[in-house]
Amino acid sequence: MVPLSRARQQVLPGFGLTLGLTLLYWSVLVFLPVAALVVQAAGIPWHQFVQTMAEPRVLAALGLSFGGSALAAGLDTIFGFWVAWVLVRYRFAGKRLLDALIDLPFALPTAVSGIALTSLYSRHGWVGQWLEPLGIEVAYSRLGVIMALMFIGLPFVVRTLQPALEALDPELEEAAACLGAGRWATLWRVILPTLGPALLTGFSLAFARAVGEYGTIVFISGNLPGKTEIAPLLIVVKLEQYDYAGAAAIAGVMLAAALLVLTIIHRLQSSYSFLRG
Amino acid sequence: MSIEVRHISKTFGRFRVLRDVSLRVETGELVALLGPSGSGKTTLLRIIAGLEQPDPGSGPILFHDEDVADQRVGERRVGFVFQHYALFRHMTVFENVAFGLRVRPRRLRPSPTEIQQKVEKLLHLVQLDFLADRYPQQLSGGQRQRVALARALAMEPKVLLLDEPFGSLDARVRQELRSWLRRLHDEIRLTSLFVTHDQEEALELADRVVVMNEGKIEQIGTPDEVFHHPRTEFVACFLGQVNRFSGRLEQGKVHFASLEWEAPECALLESCPVHVFVRPHDLQVAVEPNGQPALGARVEYIHAAGPRVRLELRADTGQKLVAEITQEQYRTEQLTVGSRVFLSPQNIKVFPTQAED
Repeated sequence: MVPLSRARQQVLPGFGLTLGLTLLYWSVLVFLPVAALVVQAAGIPWHQFVQTMAEPRVLAALGLSFGGSALAAGLDTIFGFWVAWVLVRYRFAGKRLLDALIDLPFALPTAVSGIALTSLYSRHGWVGQWLEPLGIEVAYSRLGVIMALMFIGLPFVVRTLQPALEALDPELEEAAACLGAGRWATLWRVILPTLGPALLTGFSLAFARAVGEYGTIVFISGNLPGKTEIAPLLIVVKLEQYDYAGAAAIAGVMLAAALLVLTIIHRLQSSYSFLRG
Repeated sequence: MSIEVRHISKTFGRFRVLRDVSLRVETGELVALLGPSGSGKTTLLRIIAGLEQPDPGSGPILFHDEDVADQRVGERRVGFVFQHYALFRHMTVFENVAFGLRVRPRRLRPSPTEIQQKVEKLLHLVQLDFLADRYPQQLSGGQRQRVALARALAMEPKVLLLDEPFGSLDARVRQELRSWLRRLHDEIRLTSLFVTHDQEEALELADRVVVMNEGKIEQIGTPDEVFHHPRTEFVACFLGQVNRFSGRLEQGKVHFASLEWEAPECALLESCPVHVFVRPHDLQVAVEPNGQPALGARVEYIHAAGPRVRLELRADTGQKLVAEITQEQYRTEQLTVGSRVFLSPQNIKVFPTQAED
């Protein structure tokens, strides 16, 4: 009789070890902090939770965080596609430099980029001084918040789309052209739908990053309560006021909302899965 | 709708892919562009489709004697079938086939009902009606290629161009699809040009074969013509196996490998060195000398699996030769490795040796 353990031996070894390490790593780094947050938030009395969430300042901050992030990620998806297209499809002088610069928002300390953006767009900044007479105020406004969120999210979209665009078979476009489709129809009916999964991934990464962003925003937004204040900052404000329950309540809601959005995106993503083959 | 190209050249960088190629395909013909990779056959096909531009100074590209060289791909109305199908993977089979109809300008676009009927008819034609709701990834290679064909036919093309249509299919599916395509062509009679590097495919499928090499057309003819009457050495070598001898032509007679052969077709040529080609099935194999002029040889390998038996032989001159005999002869003569045999050519092709050889 063949011993059971031999019969069950897998061709690819190390499943137990790698899964164990993965779970350990994930628990220490992700699960424990999140669990602590959930426990903390769950301990808040219901009326206090409702009271916190009903504050107009809190609602405005959450709205700006999620709405602004969604808007910024959406715009990033459009411009990111543009940038990735140029980088993949064309050859031009300075292409490698441009390609390398894409990652800059990844590497720059967020405070640095926040201060840089603020000084550029403030009333006396290089760009801001020209926008002010036009009545466009970027720094210390919601526009500035969106702009900063776009800045930090763009590389995610570009880097997700680049390999997908490179793998896009030029024959698909040729086939569309032979069938009488113009460039516009080819873009809308062939290229973008084929890139759907990559676009969605890019969007969700940019969105997730934007929701959690703090450093860049605190400089450019001016943090006007109810106007340009984002939820992560409000949490810090509550902590500084020793309102731990309030901070935990907002954090809990953010966690739940982020989870919900990411789950929806994931579901959308897996509806594409049958297309891979 | 006929296709004609005149004096087409194409250069990629410093590489001349096509050198002054002219070709005419008559209405309703099925023509094969046959050649090794790098012979320029796919480039020629893509130029006809409008996917590549010929070099400036090239002649016209005529569809039914109308110059389309200045028309863009979409305006030429060519059905193009790609080697790797190029199906839209986010669309169902039905939507893939309907694509060419849906992207038409509004005033030319058929109504949804008409599109529905047309696509169903085409899917029926390619025998895939039952797969209309599937996605390309769920189909086999042969099915995908038939969808690609239906998609190309949906736009009512003037001509059909196929780039290595069976290139990425396995041998059995290839064979099936080949005879299916021949029947389909007989049914719809659409002027068709297909590229292949498989000589068997070209000879079996095409009305005429265009043999290409190094950017030039070597010969155009029916499969019978190019196989039995190759006009150049390249054609003789590329279409099936041959034994090649070096010899000399003198006063209408070819001398090669201790043999002498009357060559009336070369009677007018001056004495010169020649290459002599003999196909394996044109080498008669005998175990004893039978009076005919013959070459002595020894059997080195026997490949008996197949409709005919292939013998690899070593001539007394040291040259390696290949001969083909029937299974019946193989059994009666009881040939084995090492057997001594006498080979007499039944049919030879003589080509004067080019200066550079």
